[in-house]
Amino acid sequence: MDTVACIKRVPDTGAKLTLTDDEQHIDTSHLGFTISPHEECAIEEAIQVADDHDGTATVLSLGPADADEQLRTGLAMTADEATLLETDGAEWRPRETAAALADALSGDADDPDFDLCLFGNESADVANHQVGIRVAEQLDIPFVAGVTDLTIADGKAVAERDVTGGTEVYELDLPAAVGVKEGMNEPRYASMRAKMQARKQSIERQDPVAGEFDGAIEKVKLEAPESTDGAAEVLGEGTDAVPAVIDLLRDDLEVV
Amino acid sequence: MILSFVEHAGGSPDEASLEALTLARELATATDASLEAVAFGAEAAALGESLGAYGVETVHRVADERLDTYAPEAWAESIAQLVDDLDPEAVVAPGTDRGQEVLAHVGAKRDLPMAANCLDVEPSDVYELSRQRWGGSLVEHARLDADTKLLTAAAHEFSPETASEAAETSVQPFEPALDESAFRVSVDRVEESDETGVSLGEARVVVGGGRGVGGGEDYDKLETLAGSLGGTVGASRAAVNEGWRPHDDQIGQTGTKISPDLYVACGISGAVQHMVGCKGADNILAINTDPEAAIMQKADYAVVGDLHEVVPELNDALDD
Ligand SMILES: Cc1cc2nc3c(=O)[nH]c(=O)nc-3n(C[C@H](O)[C@H](O)[C@H](O)COP(=O)(O)OP(=O)(O)OC[C@H]3O[C@@H](n4cnc5c(N)ncnc54)[C@H](O)[C@@H]3O)c2cc1C
Ligand SMILES: Nc1ncnc2c1ncn2[C@@H]1O[C@H](COP(=O)(O)O)[C@@H](O)[C@H]1O
Repeated sequence: MDTVACIKRVPDTGAKLTLTDDEQHIDTSHLGFTISPHEECAIEEAIQVADDHDGTATVLSLGPADADEQLRTGLAMTADEATLLETDGAEWRPRETAAALADALSGDADDPDFDLCLFGNESADVANHQVGIRVAEQLDIPFVAGVTDLTIADGKAVAERDVTGGTEVYELDLPAAVGVKEGMNEPRYASMRAKMQARKQSIERQDPVAGEFDGAIEKVKLEAPESTDGAAEVLGEGTDAVPAVIDLLRDDLEVV
Repeated sequence: MILSFVEHAGGSPDEASLEALTLARELATATDASLEAVAFGAEAAALGESLGAYGVETVHRVADERLDTYAPEAWAESIAQLVDDLDPEAVVAPGTDRGQEVLAHVGAKRDLPMAANCLDVEPSDVYELSRQRWGGSLVEHARLDADTKLLTAAAHEFSPETASEAAETSVQPFEPALDESAFRVSVDRVEESDETGVSLGEARVVVGGGRGVGGGEDYDKLETLAGSLGGTVGASRAAVNEGWRPHDDQIGQTGTKISPDLYVACGISGAVQHMVGCKGADNILAINTDPEAAIMQKADYAVVGDLHEVVPELNDALDD
């Protein structure tokens, strides 16, 4: 059973988000890059399912040439193959992204090339909540979002999603796609040796297919919401602060 | 016309749907358009009474027994067919799992762009809107150009407001034409959880522990503190990754969003992805050894110190 995890390279931001002068991007001059935690779980699940069912796990990304770094993380986790739909680094919109991914995921006969395709529930940066659904619709396969548990049995995928007070269970015929939420599994840490090996593995680079669409959502600019930051009122140091904390809890906040 | 997708439990609308409805009414008022709603299930008939107060003139109750069970594609196809019939200017859905999912399917089925998690929308020929990125730590200003604009309302960003004038609401059945394939994804069964106690999302006090806690057993102190404050314990992603707490306890962008009266953040540095999860807290008290930690700028109150000393001492004091 062949699986694919779709991942997106995003800045690894820390305590502060700084924008570029033109307000179009996060200033990444001092930042590393990563993927969404949801997508880390998607990779882990793709590898486990492929291992348990005698198949191949592939990681797929649309992004700049440097996104091979994130694909290699997937390879180091022991995914078998990696494909990069290489862009010039400009931000791709969700419909365009989905069309390019769907094109790369469909085989020669326009049938899906995989049995199970895993997406993050939403991407870490833009969080459009739609790329996976658009891919599934284009490939005419079932999709469930927000999945926190998955089992493959009798040629079906059984997907669970948490709702208030319980869990919804869905049964999907394969091939199928899901949007994964963090917590589904514990993504493995890649060993140093696996990381070294992944560096030597080849990554298939393809030109993404650019679709044509009516209407659009167009980014104008980004804005860091007005910061309400200001130094906290320091109640004291170490255990000396305890009386002041008790006063705060009792008199000001009335929680005791 | 502006069409709003309303989720409900037994005929009473969900909070998130009322938030979305509030955004939808703003759009309707600004463009002098009528406000209508679409809802599923036999009990949607009862929505006529409650939605009138929100200015809804017509509730389109999708009438097909098979749709009483949640089926994302079939629900989306029904809304898409209603859109074909009514040609609304915009469709607004709540920023919930279902709202995002159903609207994204509508977008895919009718080849329309969709703007998720909107904060503010200026309707004109092209909509000028702002929406959340990075789980809410950044705002994107964007232009949405489409025959029908698909929008979801960011959760907890709108407070449900009734209309200045209630509308006379009529409930009309809508019968979509759906073939079996539209039902390939539907809820097979629901397993009820036997969890008791306050949930993280609803707790009035949350005591969060991060990497600074140092180990799973050390959460005992935090549990004790949460216990005396009538609250519950949460964690940072770093602590969850260490295996000290289950992912259900994670606060942040890819965890739970909390909105307590008080959040006590112990040994947590204050990364943006953590802080978007506790934006809703009325008060934040940080306990951290590092006076330069980012959380010191984001909290309201702080104790500079070792949580392993401060928290037990606090527990003792609260015990007296
Ligand atoms: C896309 C994405 C999504 C993410 N989603 C989330 C999310 O949902 N939730 C989340 O939490 N993180 C999330 N993260 C991770 C986030 O960026 C941080 O890495 C994480 O929040 C750090 O956790 P921490 O503050 O516990 O650890 P650290 O950053 O290591 O901070 C530990 C703090 O403890 C203090 N400390 C140490 N010892 C003591 C002591 N004895 N007493 C008191 N203080 C002490 C230190 O001074 C320090 O400030 C996400 C990251 C990405 C990229
Ligand atoms: N450029 C991309 N390359 C590969 N996968 C992507 C890309 N953009 C989005 N995805 C996938 O689609 C999911 C949902 O993205 P979004 O619709 O932006 O919230 C992500 O978590 C990824 O799994």
